[in-house]
Amino acid sequence: MKNNIYDKYLVEEKMPTMWCPGCGNGIVLQSIIRAIDEMDLDPEKIVFVSGIGCSSRAVNYLKFDCMHTNHGRAIAFATGIKMANPELKVIVLTGDGDCASIGGNHLIHACRRNIDLTVICMNNSNYGMTGGQYSPTTPLNSFTKTSVYGSYEPPFDLCDLTKSAGATYVARCATYLPVQMKDIIKKALNHHGLSFVDCASDCPSLYGRLNRLGDAGEMMLRWKDRLVSVTQSQKMSEEELKDKVIWGEFVNKSDRMEYTDIYKENIRRAKEAAHE
Amino acid sequence: MKLKVVIDRKMCKGCGICVVLCPKKILKIDEEGKASVTERQECIGCRQCEFHCPDFAILMGDDDGQL
Ligand SMILES: Cc1ncc(C[n+]2csc(CCOP(=O)(O)OP(=O)(O)O)c2C)c(N)n1
Ligand code: SF4
Ligand code: SF4
Repeated sequence: MKNNIYDKYLVEEKMPTMWCPGCGNGIVLQSIIRAIDEMDLDPEKIVFVSGIGCSSRAVNYLKFDCMHTNHGRAIAFATGIKMANPELKVIVLTGDGDCASIGGNHLIHACRRNIDLTVICMNNSNYGMTGGQYSPTTPLNSFTKTSVYGSYEPPFDLCDLTKSAGATYVARCATYLPVQMKDIIKKALNHHGLSFVDCASDCPSLYGRLNRLGDAGEMMLRWKDRLVSVTQSQKMSEEELKDKVIWGEFVNKSDRMEYTDIYKENIRRAKEAAHE
Repeated sequence: MKLKVVIDRKMCKGCGICVVLCPKKILKIDEEGKASVTERQECIGCRQCEFHCPDFAILMGDDDGQL
């Protein structure tokens, strides 16, 4: 590799990645570095934070300041980094288990505060790292190591969840649409406030195998008929939308103040009051 | 000059995603379990294989196959 985008952003000594052949995490990571490259951001002003999981390993491969933290706690660490240095762009790389089960509370409160973080969830519908247990996004009736008769827990739609919790930018994309994913990530990175991007992805080794979805290529092709854009979905009935995955922007607004701005404003007010 | 597919064999894990997505059907998994190009002259440089590669193993290059 010489003089290319991978050489520029990825740590060569750590290649190839620890991910299984066909794992969607690499496609999400590729979309992220392409987004950063196109935006021409100052690398000195970017920090990546992750939790634990196959997805969270992504930070190990990046030539940026990175923090690989505890399971579920990436957003808590990211909040600290952002509060101490609001001028930094803080990007959280996480999994569906990491941000929606053990870290679910941090996720909703970061949305409620509207703190300027970009949370990118590599959502593969199971816990890859620990052997394929069900996660809060495992589809109903699908098989995992802990739902051998089919999962009977209704899953979270992470976009609905973050939207209702107050996130001011919410979007979904899929590894089948890497160019659109890159564009959505660019918008999320440009947003001032909490941005959440749900990246629908595949874990061929566990979720795919346990649900007999074929190899990585077959799993990739399965997305073709399942993905429906937000605009298309508005013309479809609930019945037609069953088993479909809606991608695109769900929220993009600036009607709420960002948390570090509120904090600065509060310090100003407190100082003013002290002088009176 | 139109750029065409170049595969970095060190990086490829042979997942086969590029093979199913290539509109010209010119990619295959070879005997060594790596992606290889059957008829490079047919490549239209659409970059589907490149953007979907989970292992950063595909880039577009010039006619000498240089990255
Ligand atoms: C406190 C704590 N509890 C449990 C674990 C075990 N554990 C490691 S990764 C993981 C789930 C990761 O799932 P997800 O975030 O979906 O990532 P994936 O591996 O699928 O990318 C769990 C439960 C842990 N490391 N720490
Ligand atoms: S177990 Fe699943 S999520 Fe983990 S690296 Fe393998 S394919 Fe990816
Ligand atoms: S660039 Fe397009 S045509 Fe060329 S090998 Fe890749 S997928 Fe096939």
